[in-house]
Amino acid sequence: MNRNRAQQIGFAVLTLSAIAVVAPILIVIGIILVEGARAISWEFIFSMPYEGMKQGGIFPAIVGTLILTVCTAVAAIPVGVAGTIYLAEYAKDTWITRAIRLAIVNLAGIPSIVYGLFGLGMFVLFLHMGTSIVAGVLTLAIMTLPVIISTSEEALRAVPMEFRTVIASLGGTRWQAIRHIVLPEALPGIITGIILGLLRAAGETAPILFTVAAFYLPRLPQSPFDQVMALPYHLYVISTQVPGMPVSVQYGTALVLLILVLSMNVAATVLRSYFRRRRQW
Amino acid sequence: MVEPKICIEEVNYFYRDFQALRNITLEAPPRSVTVFFGPAGGGKTTLLRLINRLNDMVDDTRMTGRVLLDGKNVYDPGANVASLRRRVGMVFALPLPLPGTVRENVTYGLKLAGRRDGGKMEQILERSLTQAALWDEVKDRLDSPANALSGGQQQRLCIARSLALEPEVLLLDEPTSGLDPISTRKVEESLHELKKLYTIIIVPHSIQQAARVADQAAFLLMGDLIEYRAGTEIFTTPHDKRTEDYVTGRFG
Repeated sequence: MNRNRAQQIGFAVLTLSAIAVVAPILIVIGIILVEGARAISWEFIFSMPYEGMKQGGIFPAIVGTLILTVCTAVAAIPVGVAGTIYLAEYAKDTWITRAIRLAIVNLAGIPSIVYGLFGLGMFVLFLHMGTSIVAGVLTLAIMTLPVIISTSEEALRAVPMEFRTVIASLGGTRWQAIRHIVLPEALPGIITGIILGLLRAAGETAPILFTVAAFYLPRLPQSPFDQVMALPYHLYVISTQVPGMPVSVQYGTALVLLILVLSMNVAATVLRSYFRRRRQW
Repeated sequence: MVEPKICIEEVNYFYRDFQALRNITLEAPPRSVTVFFGPAGGGKTTLLRLINRLNDMVDDTRMTGRVLLDGKNVYDPGANVASLRRRVGMVFALPLPLPGTVRENVTYGLKLAGRRDGGKMEQILERSLTQAALWDEVKDRLDSPANALSGGQQQRLCIARSLALEPEVLLLDEPTSGLDPISTRKVEESLHELKKLYTIIIVPHSIQQAARVADQAAFLLMGDLIEYRAGTEIFTTPHDKRTEDYVTGRFG
């Protein structure tokens, strides 16, 4: 009886905790959905802003965020995956590799504004790239790399050592083991890492603040050295910097950013389960 | 006198500061079954993995001495490790089919070696699976996933996977430790056929198995080779007191 009571109380506490975790997220998403849906229209998504952004749409910011995210992926994925393969499969366990690993884990937790300032100092000023897509993408890529590397390394290490031994015993090289077995097996985990990193890149304001983001630029970028508008920064601008901004525009922008990020997330999940299903053991 | 297939000469082996093998010297004659037996931690597996240089994959190890295959030191600086491992196949304690079908598993080694002559593949597939006493059980499901096979079938599949490369030597590290008695018997029976063609070195999973399969057997204890002689003698009239204690079950 007593034990039963304890069980019931425990269950209630756990349920309430779960609700406490989920409820705020659902409420926020719900409000943005309801309020934002009013603002969304073809015009809002596919036209340029005008009259100090109070009228028109957010097309350049959407395009800007897409460009930044895709270019960040192109810059970060090859370097990140190749670096991870080196760290996890080839590098010997010495104090240097241990220090590198520690640095990567710590870098993944550094506040994004620090990356923004680094990008400003390194790419914008020192390398004379100016406030440009290139500078912004490189900054975002550097911010994304530690996330990609630490999650991918985890995924590579989760592939049983025995597979590598078996391939070796059949006269295969280390690279053949990686290419034929380890990478395919680790792919779902690597994709998760990549998406986590890119989601952060797509949603952050601080790293692009000084490196690429334009306050108000009602046209599409012409070259890699142009500035672009981007959704997170645009949201920040219209929420705090422009007096008399219609609330519906703010909610609309938030909703578009949310949909973009969530759809990337869903795409990742689908992709991951596709690769997982293809595994035959 | 037959030329030995494998000569292990004065081999010492260290993991960091721990000496796993002490001055081991022995010869394995061709087309026979040589057994390494003894209590756990005696160095059997280490010695086995020295022959196909699988210990190269372990960091912080050191070795002295020579391992000769047909009179050539496999540790020569110019020696080709990949081709050595194709000549010396290995089967592990736990069967580990690679991702893919039965067919893909058997031909994996050939694929790694860059060979893909279609017609011959079929021949090799059937021959390897037949030699491993598995053909009749899987001939109708060559294209189903290898991990759908039973544990005993998976282990024979792993044997077939090694045999597909037509190795000269087959190393088996407790190949039946995870298998039921019937599967174990099938594996042992296939060994009986295989030794007509290959040089087999096996770490058995029990002393009974050692006695059943051995043409000659080496008793390893704490990194020392205590005794090495014909299987008909070592299990019935061992010369060393420690061997006798072990084979009569007084310790181990």
